[in-house]
Amino acid sequence: MLDLSFRPNLPPLLRGGPDDVHTLVHYKHFIFGSETSEDAYNYVDIGVFLNTIITAILVTVLNLCFCYPIAFYMAKVAKPNSARLLIVALIIPFWINELLRSFALRILFAGEGVINNILISIGFIDTGINFIAMDIALYTGLTYAYILLMIFPLYNAIESLDTNQLEAAKDLGSSTFRTHWRIVIPHAKAGIASGCTMVFMLTAGALATPVVLSSPNTYWFTQLIYQWFNMNDNWSRGSAYSILLLSVSVVFVLLMMRIFKVKIGEIIR
Amino acid sequence: MSADVELNNISVTFGSFYAAKNVSVKINQGEFFSFLGPSGCGKTTLLRAISGFLDPSEGKVLIAGQDMAGIGPNKRPTSLIFQNLALFPLMSVSENIVFSLEVRGVGKQERQKRADELLDLIALSGQGDKKVHELSGGQRQRVAIARALAIEPKVLLLDEPLSALDLKLRQKMRTELRAIQKRVGITFIYITHDQGEALTMSDRVAVMNEGELEQVGLCDDVYDFPHTPFVATFVGENNPFYGKVVSVEGDKIRVESHNNTFVAKSGKTGDGKNHSFSTGQEVIMFIRPESIFIKNENTQLDNTFKARVNTVEFEGNIKNIYLKINSKMNVRFSVPNAVDTSNLSNNKDIELTFSSQKAVVLPKGSLAVD
Ligand SMILES: Nc1ncnc2c1ncn2[C@@H]1O[C@H](COP(=O)(O)OP(=O)(O)OP(=O)(O)O)[C@@H](O)[C@H]1O
Ligand SMILES: [Mg+2]
Repeated sequence: MLDLSFRPNLPPLLRGGPDDVHTLVHYKHFIFGSETSEDAYNYVDIGVFLNTIITAILVTVLNLCFCYPIAFYMAKVAKPNSARLLIVALIIPFWINELLRSFALRILFAGEGVINNILISIGFIDTGINFIAMDIALYTGLTYAYILLMIFPLYNAIESLDTNQLEAAKDLGSSTFRTHWRIVIPHAKAGIASGCTMVFMLTAGALATPVVLSSPNTYWFTQLIYQWFNMNDNWSRGSAYSILLLSVSVVFVLLMMRIFKVKIGEIIR
Repeated sequence: MSADVELNNISVTFGSFYAAKNVSVKINQGEFFSFLGPSGCGKTTLLRAISGFLDPSEGKVLIAGQDMAGIGPNKRPTSLIFQNLALFPLMSVSENIVFSLEVRGVGKQERQKRADELLDLIALSGQGDKKVHELSGGQRQRVAIARALAIEPKVLLLDEPLSALDLKLRQKMRTELRAIQKRVGITFIYITHDQGEALTMSDRVAVMNEGELEQVGLCDDVYDFPHTPFVATFVGENNPFYGKVVSVEGDKIRVESHNNTFVAKSGKTGDGKNHSFSTGQEVIMFIRPESIFIKNENTQLDNTFKARVNTVEFEGNIKNIYLKINSKMNVRFSVPNAVDTSNLSNNKDIELTFSSQKAVVLPKGSLAVD
C-alpha cells in the first residue's frame, strides 16, 4: 500500500507500463487540491484531516477522564463482586455490532429522540436540541465505542497497585487528588499510555460511527479514504491518505511514549 | 510532642464476626506499648481503628484526650508503618521520607533539609537519591520509620514491621527501634505475634486472643504472673499440669496432678487479686521449663517429682529435655548449654524439683495452641 500510494492512478491495462512511475501526486493533491498546480491549499481535505486528528485527541482525553474514575473504582474501591458485575455491565453492550450501537445512539440523540423527549417532558427545554448537528452525538459515540480499550489497561494497571500505598499516602496526610497525582497515575502510566494509544488509533480510524452519527457537514478522514477507494476508484490516492493517517498514529504513539516516559514493551503489556 | 492513647471499650465487627471485642486500655504518653497475639487475633484491626482507617462499631478512640470519631487518618496525629512497609517504589528515598511534608506544601529546600536530618537519624546519610528497590530489607525498614516520623506524629503505630526480616536483622532492628523511640520520645504502639520482640522492646504489653485483651501489664509481670492459661502458654514456654485443688492456704494452693501433689502460688486476676479456688476444683498448674531443675544435694526445692527421660534436644544456648511422668504426661525442662547432660540417657528415671514460687495455678481454660 505504501508503494501504491506513490504510483499514479492508472487503468489496469497500463499498470507496470512506462507511465507507472513513483510520484508524489497524491500527497500533492492532499495539500494543494490538485495534482499540478501549487496555487491554492486543499482546505477541505486538510481541514477534515486536522479536524479528525483534533477530535480524536479530544475523544481520547475525554475517554481517559471518563474511564479513569471507573477503572479506579473497579480496581480499588468496589468489592470484588460489584466490580465483576460492573465489568459485565460494561461488556454486554459491546456484544452488539458497532454499527447497531451507533444507530442506537442516533435514536437516543435524534431531534425527536429519547433524550430530547425526556428533557422536554421534564420541562428542562422547550424545543429539541440538535445533538447531531452539534456533533455531540458523534463525540459521545466515538468516546463510547472504545471505552473498554481504555478501561481495561487502566484497570489492570491500577489493580496491580498495592492498596497499602494508597493508605500510606493518606496516613501521611495526602489529599485524594494528590494521592492520585503522585501515586496512582505514575504507577498506572503504562496503562494510561496504552489505553490512549489504542483509543486514539481506533478513533482516528473509525468509520461506522462517524458515518452514522456525524452531522451532515462533518466529515471524518476515513470517509475520504473510503471515497477514494470505493466511489472514485482511485486506490493509490486512498492509499496515500491512509498512509497519512497511519503516520499520525505512529507519531501519536511516540508522543505518548515520550510524555509518559514508558517503553514500547510496557505499552503493549 | 507525644500523646496518650485511650481505647474505650472498642469493638470492631465484620458482619456478625467480632475482630475486636470490648477492648479497653490506656497507653501512656511516651510509652513503648505492644499488642501481642497470634495471627488473626485482631491486632491489625485494632491498629487500623487507632489510625482511623476503620471505624470501631462500638467504643471510642481518644488521642491526647480527644475523641477521634469522624477524624480521618490524614488528620490524626498518628503515623502508621504498614506490615509490608508500603514505601513508594517510584520515588527516591528522600522523596519517600518527606512525602508528608510535600503534601503539606513545605518548600523544596526545607524538605531537603528535613530529609537529610531524618537520613542521619536512621543512619542512611547520603543515600537519599537511591530508589527504594536499591536498599536492603533493613534499610527499607528504617526508611519507613523515617517517613512515618517526618511529620512528627505524636503516636507511631507499627504493624509487625520486622516480620519480613531474617532473625539476625530482626534482633538488631529491635534494639534500633527502641533507641529511635527513646530519641524521639513519642508514643510507640507496636504490634507483633512474636513474644520475644514484644518483651525485649516494650514498656508494657497487651496480650490478645480472638479479639479480646487477655492481659495488660509490664513485660516481666505478664511473664511471671499470667492471668489466664492462654497468656501462660502464649508468652514464653510453659508446662501445663492439669489437676485438682487439694487445699487452699492463702495464696498457696496444693494441687494434685498425675499422682503427685504440688504446692504453687495462686494466679491473679485482672484487678490484681488472687483467683479464688475451692477444694476439688479443676485447675491447671503452670511451671516454666527453665524453672525445673534436676534434684541433687545442692538443689532441693519445695516440689519434687519423678519422671523418665524421653529425649534431649540441643537448641544452641540451651538444651531441652523432654520427660514423661507415669509414661503419659509430657514435661519439658531446659538447662543452659554448659550443664553436663551426658548422664541423662533415654529412658532413665530421674528426680526433678521446682519452687512453689515459680509455679502458678489458674482456673482451667484454653491454652495457646502452637
Ligand atoms: N475487611 C475484613 N472483612 C472481614 N473480616 C476481616 C476483615 N479484616 C479482618 N478480618 C478478620 O478479622 C480477624 C482479625 O484480622 P487482623 O488482620 O486484625 O488480624 P491480625 O491479628 O493482624 O493477624 P496477622 O498477625 O495475621 O496480621 C481475622 O479473622 C480476619 O479474617
Ligand atoms: Mg496483621
